[in-house]
Amino acid sequence: MRDERLIFEKSVEGRTGYSLPPNDVPQVDINALFGEEILRKTELNIPEVSEVDVIRHYTNLSRRNFGVDSGFYPLGSCTMKYNPKINEDIAALDGFAQMHPLQNPISSQGCLEVLYRMDKYLAEILGMERVTLQPAAGAQGEMTGLMIIKAYHMSRNDHKRVKIIVPDSSHGTNPASAAVVGFDVVQIPSDERGLVDINALEAILDDTVAGLMLTNPNTLGLFEEDILKISKMVHACGGLLYYDGANMNAIMGYARPGDMGFDIAHVNLHKTFSTPHGGGGPGAGPIGVSKDLVPFLPVPVVEKKDGYYNLDYDRPLSIGKIKSFYGNFSVIVRAFCYILSMGPQGLKDASGIAVLNANYIRKKLEDLYEIPYNRTCMHEFVLSAVRQAEKGVTALDLAKNLIDKGYHPPTIYFPLIVKEAMMIEPTETESPETLDSFIEAMRELATKAAEEPESLKHAPKTAYVSRLDEVKAARNPILKWSK
Amino acid sequence: MLKTIGAQSIDELFSSIPQELRLNRELELPGPLSEHELRKHVKDIVKDNFDASWNLCFLGAGVYDHIIPSAIKHLVFRQEFYTAYTPYQAEMSQGILQAMFEFQTMITELTGMDAANASLYDGASAVYEAVLLACRHNERKEVLVARSVNPEYRKVLTSVFKYSDIEIKEIDYIMPDKGAKSGTVDMDMLKELISDKTAAVVVQSPNFFGIVEDIKAVSEKAKEVDALLIAVCDPISLGVFESPGKLGADIAVGEAQPLGNPMNFGGPLLGYFAVKKPYIRRMPGRIVGETTDHDGRRGFVLTLQAREQHIRREKATSNICTNQALCALTATIYLSIMGRKGLLDVATQCINKSNYAYQSLLKTGNVAKVFDAPFFREFVVKPAVHPEKLNEELLHDSIIGGYDLSKEYPELEGCWLVAVTEKRSKDEIDFLVNKVDSIIKGGI
Amino acid sequence: MNTRPGLYYSKEHEWVRVEGDLAYIGITDYAQESLGSIVYVETPKVGKAIGKDEVLGVVESVKAASDVFSPISGTVVEANESLQDSPELINEAPYENHIAVLKIQDPAELEQLFNDTQYEEYVKSQGA
Repeated sequence: MRDERLIFEKSVEGRTGYSLPPNDVPQVDINALFGEEILRKTELNIPEVSEVDVIRHYTNLSRRNFGVDSGFYPLGSCTMKYNPKINEDIAALDGFAQMHPLQNPISSQGCLEVLYRMDKYLAEILGMERVTLQPAAGAQGEMTGLMIIKAYHMSRNDHKRVKIIVPDSSHGTNPASAAVVGFDVVQIPSDERGLVDINALEAILDDTVAGLMLTNPNTLGLFEEDILKISKMVHACGGLLYYDGANMNAIMGYARPGDMGFDIAHVNLHKTFSTPHGGGGPGAGPIGVSKDLVPFLPVPVVEKKDGYYNLDYDRPLSIGKIKSFYGNFSVIVRAFCYILSMGPQGLKDASGIAVLNANYIRKKLEDLYEIPYNRTCMHEFVLSAVRQAEKGVTALDLAKNLIDKGYHPPTIYFPLIVKEAMMIEPTETESPETLDSFIEAMRELATKAAEEPESLKHAPKTAYVSRLDEVKAARNPILKWSK
Repeated sequence: MLKTIGAQSIDELFSSIPQELRLNRELELPGPLSEHELRKHVKDIVKDNFDASWNLCFLGAGVYDHIIPSAIKHLVFRQEFYTAYTPYQAEMSQGILQAMFEFQTMITELTGMDAANASLYDGASAVYEAVLLACRHNERKEVLVARSVNPEYRKVLTSVFKYSDIEIKEIDYIMPDKGAKSGTVDMDMLKELISDKTAAVVVQSPNFFGIVEDIKAVSEKAKEVDALLIAVCDPISLGVFESPGKLGADIAVGEAQPLGNPMNFGGPLLGYFAVKKPYIRRMPGRIVGETTDHDGRRGFVLTLQAREQHIRREKATSNICTNQALCALTATIYLSIMGRKGLLDVATQCINKSNYAYQSLLKTGNVAKVFDAPFFREFVVKPAVHPEKLNEELLHDSIIGGYDLSKEYPELEGCWLVAVTEKRSKDEIDFLVNKVDSIIKGGI
Repeated sequence: MNTRPGLYYSKEHEWVRVEGDLAYIGITDYAQESLGSIVYVETPKVGKAIGKDEVLGVVESVKAASDVFSPISGTVVEANESLQDSPELINEAPYENHIAVLKIQDPAELEQLFNDTQYEEYVKSQGA
């Protein structure tokens, strides 16, 4: 039975579902203690339901959602790989979950050990000197990295560096983060190869440039072949290089941002290191830095001395704190488990198979779809539904039809430089059989788009709802339930 | 597969990476470990942690040890929720979208605001985003922040705005022994500093010392100069206290970890963000809105997205891209299970039990009073032994002691911030009091 | 794409209608068409002084948010409040629904703008 009600609409006055120990201490006269004007007089519409009401309600909601465990999820740039279950069990251990962040380090050596070792492991994978685990997500990692760039230039009394360069294919968070930290954003175009236009870069490099932000492989899934040249150019003008590690899943064990000349690199634990996305978070976006930038890392840094882990706050050049405590610890624990389970060869194989899978799909679709930069890609590639769009079937239509076929659609309309873009990232955890059936589905859609385009305009038909009116939602926003 | 691609080996697929950039050695990492080995390895690490399952936790200071209903993990760890991505494809994400809409509703109910977003990273990030919103809204650059706001939040504010043109000024609290209002915002100093340059005033209630502030009085002051009032409120306390919206706040933010989320050594936490109507379109982060589908049925979508980074890039409202959906879902389920009555019960027990602990500690004669204003769940006292020493000793008795305030407030040298939630029984509180008393009498 | 004679047009796709010393400013039919269904219009504060090419407001659709740049300098004397509840008016009749009215500071600035035929040619030359 279809039950569309919100939890509030299931509320029955007086019904309860909670279990608390008795209040076994003397009652305080709250009115007298605080004074009546401070106490709640406004009605509080929190639902009154039983435990079984709650269980059924949210179980039913979960059925209207689609996770990686439900099926193939080739969402480009998001690395929706399988999330190993052992990692969940370990993160949920009382010894991690029930730890308070401000406990005396004597009593939290286990947590500090995990943080310390993750710093080392990620530094090795990124080719960096040290890593801070504080940023809660990629965007916060970017902000932290940019603050470090700022602090670095300031510490050298170099106040004229106000510009951050980003390619036009970059993730939108790059320019947004730069703006938050107070930099001017300069965008450079991609060349016909889909890579950074070296001449355009050369033309804007001067002593006002603070740094360059780059994803490598970029959002088209292509490796920036000229990266060494680029890093030399940027360094020669006194700027720093920031590595957006959203696409790190392509190159683990094959190449390292540090060796490419990057000074700062973030990595998304919720992408490359298999921690679940949680329907939009929590994630984690640690950043690694080169030797010269270590003094600017946020406080505290976990240090080890005589076998004892402690939190070092005494770092005069540090940018300070960008998040409470030490980052999304329980996400870090999951990634820690992932690295230990995989081992060095396992991580390299993960990247190898991720790249193999992406190229396999690309090759099997290149006759029916336009692929703007069609050559060997890394872990993802971008196709363009322009041929289909001529018949009136857009990337959006194709995406909605994939839903009816049981797949989560790829990322659409990104990067902005490709028309009718569909960005496909299969990840390494998918079997050849899964890839083949997805390819079959995409080919069927291409044929249908050519022969009977109208039949693709009304998907999805099998989802809990049909296409939703986004214009209505944005014109007169209804953001909460009212009685 | 390689044949289809036309390559000889997987290595060949990496030929676009220049030879000199290849890592021609294995990464120096341990592993691989099988599940069994991993579990054993981690158990060995975890044994060095004194966690709150076998230690009595009296530590708060922004993260709290509340009772977590069992039902939560059974729902939150349904794979359809936790292995999903941000709900970009609304039709196959109605579950999390509806849950976020319910979360937004609950937050507006608690805070008395007109709208809330689907959460931010933590209380600290919610505070700096609120400051950013205020400064953009009234095109002013000066922000007054009470020193009784959580020091973690103030430190984050300081670092985030260090290189911007936004200036943060701090307002003191009334010092100990300065009357009934000691521990609350110093209104005289506020009156002195506030001006038509002030973009916003940030006040926290219950504040870092556990003391309930007079939000209404601060908000009236802010209104006089058209500054926004940003109230940082604990959601559990709003079960018993009047909502900040009703008391005049323009923006309500805070840490919602206490709503069913484990302490997790400080992360993930759960920032909430709620505003009055004029600021809705300036809210950062993910926002879920109600709409209808093609067939006229109710459905939910991410909305007001045009201002976000993937479209607006450097002109975006904020760089924040994700929320803490799973933690917000946890909070939603927590509030559903507790219900209005349960939340009131938790809040009341926090008041009763913390007051009992406070009175009992004072009665020993070895612990001194510091502030006079009434508190919620957490209080400041000054034991005759320094908190640092005291906490070390208490650990031998499996007690995680309170927070040493001298770390952030040098003028409160020797002061101890003790949190007592509904989780603590009378026996456990008595145990703490006896141990504190005997440690002090032992003359350490 | 349609235009109206008698209006001034900018490269950023705004139009200006002059009445005495007042300038009514809105976005062109071409601009509304490329944005798609408009869901929100942010209008400037009355009394605010705005320079030429400075941001006068923001027009949002579901998929885009676009700054509206003021084609001339002046002081805001009126913001079109009816757009708050009915942003779709801009889609329906872009030339009837201005975003704001400025008191013109320097009439000479108008001379730098296009007329309707020049604007049409400009849009064509941009490959539209």
